[in-house]
Amino acid sequence: QKVSVEVLDHLEHLALVDFRDSEGVERLHKAIQFADQLHEVNTDGVEPMDSVLEDRCLYLREDDVTEGNCTKELLENAREKVEEYFVAPPGNIPLPKLEERETFLQGS
Amino acid sequence: MPYGGESKLPDRNHVALQHSMPTACERPPVKRHLDLSQLRRFKEQPSSDAHRSLQHSRDKHRTCGPRSRRRGGAGATAGGLTGVVVRRHSPHSAPPSRTAFPRGRCGRLAAASGAMAAAVALAVRGCGGVWRRARQRGAGQPGPGPGPFPRGQRAVACNARGGAVPAGKSGLAPWVPVVGLEIHAQISSNSKLFSGSQVQFAAPPNSLVSFFDASLPGTLPVLNRRCVEAAVMTGLALNCSINKKSLFDRKHYFYADLPAGYQITQQRVPIAVNGCLSYSLCIDSKMSQMVTKTVRIKQIQLEQDSGKSLHDDTRSQTLVDLNRAGVGLMEVVMEPDMCCGEEAAAAVRELQLILQTLGSSQAVMAEGQLRVDANVSVHHPGEPYGVRTEVKNINSIRFLAKAIDYEIQRQIEELENGGTILNETRAFDSKLGCTVPMRDKEGKQDYRFMPEPNLPPLILYDTKSLPANMNHQQVINIDWIHERLPDLPSVKRKKLVEKYGILPEHSFTLLNEDGLAEFFESVVKRTQMKPKKVIGWILNDLLSYLKQHSLTVKESPVSSFLLGDLLNLLEKKEISSTAAKQVFAELWKGEGKTPLEIVKEQKLGLLQDQKELEQICQAVIDGQENEVMAIKAGNQKVLNKLIGLVQKKTQGRSNPVLVKQLLEKKLSE
Repeated sequence: QKVSVEVLDHLEHLALVDFRDSEGVERLHKAIQFADQLHEVNTDGVEPMDSVLEDRCLYLREDDVTEGNCTKELLENAREKVEEYFVAPPGNIPLPKLEERETFLQGS
Repeated sequence: MPYGGESKLPDRNHVALQHSMPTACERPPVKRHLDLSQLRRFKEQPSSDAHRSLQHSRDKHRTCGPRSRRRGGAGATAGGLTGVVVRRHSPHSAPPSRTAFPRGRCGRLAAASGAMAAAVALAVRGCGGVWRRARQRGAGQPGPGPGPFPRGQRAVACNARGGAVPAGKSGLAPWVPVVGLEIHAQISSNSKLFSGSQVQFAAPPNSLVSFFDASLPGTLPVLNRRCVEAAVMTGLALNCSINKKSLFDRKHYFYADLPAGYQITQQRVPIAVNGCLSYSLCIDSKMSQMVTKTVRIKQIQLEQDSGKSLHDDTRSQTLVDLNRAGVGLMEVVMEPDMCCGEEAAAAVRELQLILQTLGSSQAVMAEGQLRVDANVSVHHPGEPYGVRTEVKNINSIRFLAKAIDYEIQRQIEELENGGTILNETRAFDSKLGCTVPMRDKEGKQDYRFMPEPNLPPLILYDTKSLPANMNHQQVINIDWIHERLPDLPSVKRKKLVEKYGILPEHSFTLLNEDGLAEFFESVVKRTQMKPKKVIGWILNDLLSYLKQHSLTVKESPVSSFLLGDLLNLLEKKEISSTAAKQVFAELWKGEGKTPLEIVKEQKLGLLQDQKELEQICQAVIDGQENEVMAIKAGNQKVLNKLIGLVQKKTQGRSNPVLVKQLLEKKLSE
């Protein structure tokens, strides 16, 4: 059961991953297969668990200022900065459509 | 591995952007000519994925009517009407709770109630029927339709729940607009939602940012107790049910001001659901009749704010400031129960007052503490909801009303010209007063919601379920918070009306201006004048002076004590009301004089000597033979002239009522 080209393209758009070649797509298929094993378990009447922390207590912090004021440290990691601002490209540059870019996905 | 940015830059629209927004692109406006010679029937097209909501998978949990049907060529069914039809319906489809307020003297209520009045003045009055649009040109004339939003020509009339409305004039199908709001209120707290960095407006860039806010690896979210309490308070104030167990999720999207690539929010199980908000609108232009409406609150959820992007077009880059990243927000999602800009503005104003009273948010729109996005669509009564657009970049309540009304109008025109409405996001351009498309060619956004793995469920307690041995600081008791809720604005207004006998409209104005209600109460304490009369001075005189000079109540040069003293002089009949106004004007100069001093200085005191007054009256009577004869012949109106002459002689220092009595007595002798 293969994943369609549209879905692969959609995933590349959303997550900005690069499947690059058939090996990448094959890895995806294997991962889906692996996860599909979950279907073998009968979960009728069982409440879905979305976190192993569900019995833990969520710690509530007091509303005090304890951090911040480390502009210099934070900006050390930035490749480009302008007067203590981080510099980013001008807005989102979306991935070009499937037809418009060179990817092996077009062939499949 | 992320893709490099070698692709071509998308087109952008130079709307001033204060908050982070994805790139916009210009679409040329679609011009369609309406062919009036053919009857166009409204066509329905089967729903398809194309119009499931674009970037908002929050639609997955929004059950606001069958929005997914798309309209094809909706043309008008009749042609050739010249002139604009203006039809005002009296509100006959009553909203759930409705209080008709008695007519009364509301004087300057319009000028007085600030933003609310401005919103009202801008939108046309009266909500109770349906938007109606007529052709403005004769049959057979080609050309684009009239420009958007011809001012003041339409009667905005809409009914509350989009239900069936009686058909209007010959053949014109009425439109029912539907408006839903998504409001983000910044929580008023010292530190951020999940980290200990400070929350402050206008600080040096990136100085209030912790490692977690910058999403450096190895950091984890730690929930701020105060933010949870603020959300619970707001939920209780809006009559919501508080979920004792709520969950956190991640909402993924890429943008420069969201360093983690996801936002922690509460999509599946938010902290509060199913509430309602009551607000009031003026029905007519005289502001003397108010109607109460309600809008349902779908949910309230806690979420993180993103940072701020400053777009530098000249150097083709974006500057990112993360001071705001991670600040706690309460998102209030309202059901689409509203039908025009005026209603939306009133609802937001009321919410703003509630938040400010609770203290959970300072809700100042200008500082970005309250952000409103509007979802607007139109449909014909009885038919499914139309495609909606989302309007963003609204910076004040006044612009909110404007933007919504513009968008409604635009959609109606587009549909009547045979076009379709795209499910898109539009930005409001305040300078041009119109909305422009914002989202780019990306199409549907898929946020890939997933549970936040680093946060266990948030458990809240009430007195019944309170665990015995838990650390006090780790427990939030809903009942405890409920008991300590302050009086909400609606309660405060009721109390003012009951205690002082003022009109409900007055109570609205009092609460609308910060500090005015306290000022009023302090004046009432100080003076013997009845509150019903005092309110006139507060709303007509004090407030109009404040507005003229753009001052807040706190900045008033006339204190409540001075005003109280002045009103006492008036009450004791030591000065006339005209003189009182003069004294008030003098007090406004703020030179430190008391009312009594001013009265003495300018000789404004009423003549107290009855004999002297009688003499003057007699002198006037003696000098005006013709008028006296006219009065004795039965023409009472001429008496006013005599009173005027007495006033002149006394330089305005006579009590007109007394003068009238004396003159009448003398004339009857």
